[in-house]
Amino acid sequence: MSGLSSSRRRGGGAGWLAAAPLLLVTLVAFGIPVVVLVVGAFSVKGGGLGFDNLTATMKQPYIGALGSSLKLSAVVALGGTVLGAFLAQAVLTSRSGLLREAVLTASGVLANFGGVPLAFIWIATLGNSGVVTAALGLGSGALYNFWGLALVYMYFSVPLMVLVIAPALDGLKPQWREAAQNNGASTWQFWRMVGIPVLGPSLLGGAVLLFGGAFAAYATAAAMVGASVPLVTLQIADALTGNVLIGYENIALALSLDMIVIALLVMAVYLPMQKRSSRWLA
Amino acid sequence: MTVELRELRRSFGGTVALDGLSLTIEQGELIAFLGPSGCGKTTALRCVAGFERPDTGAVFIDGADVTRVPANRRDAGMVFQSYSLFPNLNVRDNVAFGLRVRRRPTAERHDRAAELLELVGLGGFGERYPHQLSGGQQQRVALARALALQPKVLLLDEPLSALDAKVRVNLREEIRRLQLELGITTIFVTHDQEEALSVADRVAVLKSGRLEQVAPPAEVYDRPATPFVAEFVGTMNHLPGRVSGETVEVFGQFLPLDGTAPGEEVDVLVRPEAVRVAPADDGRGFILASSFRGSIARLRVQLDGGGEVLADVPGHEAVRLSPGLKVDVTLVERPVLTAPRTAVAAPVEPVS
Repeated sequence: MSGLSSSRRRGGGAGWLAAAPLLLVTLVAFGIPVVVLVVGAFSVKGGGLGFDNLTATMKQPYIGALGSSLKLSAVVALGGTVLGAFLAQAVLTSRSGLLREAVLTASGVLANFGGVPLAFIWIATLGNSGVVTAALGLGSGALYNFWGLALVYMYFSVPLMVLVIAPALDGLKPQWREAAQNNGASTWQFWRMVGIPVLGPSLLGGAVLLFGGAFAAYATAAAMVGASVPLVTLQIADALTGNVLIGYENIALALSLDMIVIALLVMAVYLPMQKRSSRWLA
Repeated sequence: MTVELRELRRSFGGTVALDGLSLTIEQGELIAFLGPSGCGKTTALRCVAGFERPDTGAVFIDGADVTRVPANRRDAGMVFQSYSLFPNLNVRDNVAFGLRVRRRPTAERHDRAAELLELVGLGGFGERYPHQLSGGQQQRVALARALALQPKVLLLDEPLSALDAKVRVNLREEIRRLQLELGITTIFVTHDQEEALSVADRVAVLKSGRLEQVAPPAEVYDRPATPFVAEFVGTMNHLPGRVSGETVEVFGQFLPLDGTAPGEEVDVLVRPEAVRVAPADDGRGFILASSFRGSIARLRVQLDGGGEVLADVPGHEAVRLSPGLKVDVTLVERPVLTAPRTAVAAPVEPVS
């Protein structure tokens, strides 16, 4: 017994040692910034701690930016989830193996597309002087607003949803559908009573991922819309760099803390559901 | 309710799954579709369930042509090969799924589910979820679900194949008990001959989408209609023989022919229990191995002229007939089937 215990202790020690480099990197790259962020968010002008910065983020223009970011993220998450799920289902149930491979490979590439290059593609295509805009004689400014930004975010969000939901769709056993049919269920009844409830957590997980991606995106929005669409990430960048006003760095940190809290709330909903789904689809 | 399959043909690409299958299943009968993988037994079942539509031919349930009736309006309960319970529903809601689809009142659904769970020996399991059940329990729930709507026909697609040996035996007896109790017309697809022979009123042996034989289990075993059935059902020895008129000579014995011989030089098909083995210094072979199986012992005898033969002897003789012993081999006098000659005498073991 004691031998077993000591071997467990040795095994545990070796495990910690092996994980030490990763833990160190995490501490430096994530832990320390979080501590700095939290301390800064609660540091008030003139020294001391307080809620001034957080209170400020609940007022204009920051609360508007926060709301705009939430709205954009929700639109992208909802649209991306619906379109991605339908696309994935269509591709996975297609008889063409080639189509399946092509779409999944393309999704792998497009899901990782972002930043300034993504903004450039869309500006060059549908911007005021974009090739499609010119060819079709479209009006200017269609891309540089809330819905234009949502469209551009969808460009990487839909493929990401395809990648996320495809394994879950593959996990839906054909026997479930046949058993439902055998019990008199129509296609819609199968999806309503079995398919969607089983896929629900995976769909929600995908939606959370898209929400997070859109919520945290910065470079594409900065390159495309600048200040014309108020977003919290753009506000943070402005406050940190003193682009508009100086001395607002701690407001930026408080906005970042708001974002962390929102992300944690979303994850708190997602994780238990994902755990249940993985058991069903195992 | 009777089920009639009339000249069913179904191909998948270039592969013919059903090749003119015709069969009538009588009211309250349990018929087993038996055959090797790819013989068409599951395709035939799925044609009855409505999950496959035959290229030509028709399916009749209770005299009505249901060939083009969608699966969700067929009135046939089905238990699938692998576990098909809905993972998001508990046992009670799985069983009552069909009633919920038909918008029956909650109280009726719960009562019916409880009644069926009692019937399959799972009373008190209603609140559990599928992942909390063993494989055998899951298949019992699937059986209860298949019976919930009081279907005209019960379809069982290899329902025991994923279970371990002991559970399989128990559950197949349970299925037979329920089928007899409810008097429901049942099709049981299996590749396991022991399963088919032990539960069915009749066994339909299929090969390449065609019916080789349909008969009660004892007849399929004792009087196989074709060499394929003889080889597929049970263990069969192939012994070299020479046809002479209405008889065939094998090991110096003349046995009556069952049917027509395919030539003069043939293989004679003999079951191990029709082979007699006795110690003899000048015998035609020696015992190569002995496998004790309780009431019987199976001997593998090496023949002097080449080849082997299997013989079943009473278990208590196993001590006397030990490996290495020189023995003589004779055959029980009864009509025998023949097949085209192969190179040497050899037993053909069952598929499963």
